[in-house]
Amino acid sequence: MRAFDYRAPTTLTEVLALLAQAKGEVRPLVGGTDLIPQLREGRKRPALVLDLKRIPDLGRLEYDPDMGLRIGAAVTCSAVAAHPQVRRHYAALAQAAALVGSRAIQNRASIGGNICNASPSADTVPPLLCLSARAFVAGGRGQREVELERFFQGPGKTILAKDELLVEVVVPPPAKRSASCYLRFTPRAEMDIAVAGVAALIVLDGGRQCQEARLALAAVAPRPLRVPTAEAALKGRALDAQALEEAGELAAQAAQPITDIRGGAEYRRRLVRVLTRQALEQCLAALQAGQR
Amino acid sequence: MKQPLRFTVNGEERALFVDTRATLIEALRDGLGLAGTKEGCSNGNCGACTVSLDGKPVLACLVLAVEAQGSQVATIEGLARDGRLDPLQRAFIAEGGLQCGFCTPGLLMLARSFLDQHPRPTEREIRAAISGNLCRCTGYDKIVRAIQRAARSQPAAGAAAGS
Ligand SMILES: Cc1cc2nc3c(=O)[nH]c(=O)nc-3n(C[C@H](O)[C@H](O)[C@H](O)COP(=O)(O)OP(=O)(O)OC[C@H]3O[C@@H](n4cnc5c(N)ncnc54)[C@H](O)[C@@H]3O)c2cc1C
Ligand code: FES
Ligand code: FES
Repeated sequence: MRAFDYRAPTTLTEVLALLAQAKGEVRPLVGGTDLIPQLREGRKRPALVLDLKRIPDLGRLEYDPDMGLRIGAAVTCSAVAAHPQVRRHYAALAQAAALVGSRAIQNRASIGGNICNASPSADTVPPLLCLSARAFVAGGRGQREVELERFFQGPGKTILAKDELLVEVVVPPPAKRSASCYLRFTPRAEMDIAVAGVAALIVLDGGRQCQEARLALAAVAPRPLRVPTAEAALKGRALDAQALEEAGELAAQAAQPITDIRGGAEYRRRLVRVLTRQALEQCLAALQAGQR
Repeated sequence: MKQPLRFTVNGEERALFVDTRATLIEALRDGLGLAGTKEGCSNGNCGACTVSLDGKPVLACLVLAVEAQGSQVATIEGLARDGRLDPLQRAFIAEGGLQCGFCTPGLLMLARSFLDQHPRPTEREIRAAISGNLCRCTGYDKIVRAIQRAARSQPAAGAAAGS
């Protein structure tokens, strides 16, 4: 590991000043579950590691029926997975947070780190895309707000400039009669990285008719992927077996998987088809069970 | 680059200088001579290095020592009280929940915190909870039985989510 300076400021103003003044590369640090192995292997060589965990605002996780959910950049997967309102109103996100690594990992790993590490297999991202999350970014030129969908540029690449950091993620309030679900396939039930993952969200009208649907995929493209074709095909339809099957087919077509150590491209496509159907089924089941 | 680190380890205030690159497990083992905590994989996959940081189990190989500034750390050395083993340690002995013992300190720290949060776990919950702690020797059944035995022996205190 190359030598680096370590600072743990207590205000965002201080962080931004340090980012602006920095000579070499600066790496924000939250849980370190991605960053510390990267430092050890020399894949990241910052001059300064900037710990964000001592900034009280970034640790805030708040739900308000009118404003929705605010997830500070330093909020852990454990906190999100255990939060009663997240579990109730944003089930896909709670499910994904509970899948990241192990309990000990979740106690450190942040949602913000999962996002900023920009791995195509990041589990919490597809749910956030389905939930229409927005990212709040701060930097030398002030604040900006982007749809989370536009945050990713490729494996490990985000829109963040050198002097910018993610401050929080905001999710709008859940629609009435909506449900969401995240499913991933891994050879091992826990402690594994997705071969493929699918998040689904549906909003129903009075009956079984689909008012809106959103689908997002993990680990089958260079970045987390929405599936507008399948979403459009579901909109306005009765969500019967055939509709779900077609959505699965469209999602499989939209996937751009590669063959690697975790699975072949064709296998991943098939997983997407099955997981899409199952995720939609689970959304329907949750709505029928009156969870929302 | 060295920085001063002050933190509490097993109830005792400790101060030392650490390299910013040093991990918490290095500070504990090499800095403080607390060699009970083991380092297996150094990348978060085996759980051998599990310690408690501010009341929560974490992987000491994925925490920089400097991050523990002002924190409360508990390690396996602090689990027994006044020379008396924790009921969980006694259950591991009774059930033969260890062979070489390399995974044991991490498993005990993880399981202690898990049982504090979930006093009456199902077998499935136990297996899911310890999924980040690898054991090359026991085949896990005896570990699971040991945790079940410890659960039976403890009063059902108020359960809370999220350990
Ligand atoms: C054993 C193991 C199992 C894992 N299993 C899973 C899994 O099942 N699913 C999964 O999705 N991931 C998994 N991961 C990866 C990792 O745990 C997650 O990606 C985690 O959410 C990262 O969060 P962190 O807080 O630890 O990030 P850190 O390591 O602190 O940071 C990650 C990266 O993002 C940058 N960063 C962090 N916060 C900000 C910010 N606010 N602004 C700008 N940049 C920032 C850092 O500089 C760094 O480059 C696993 C990791 C390990 C070690
Ligand atoms: S040594 Fe830390 S998880 Fe293996
Ligand atoms: S007892 Fe040897 S690794 Fe578990």
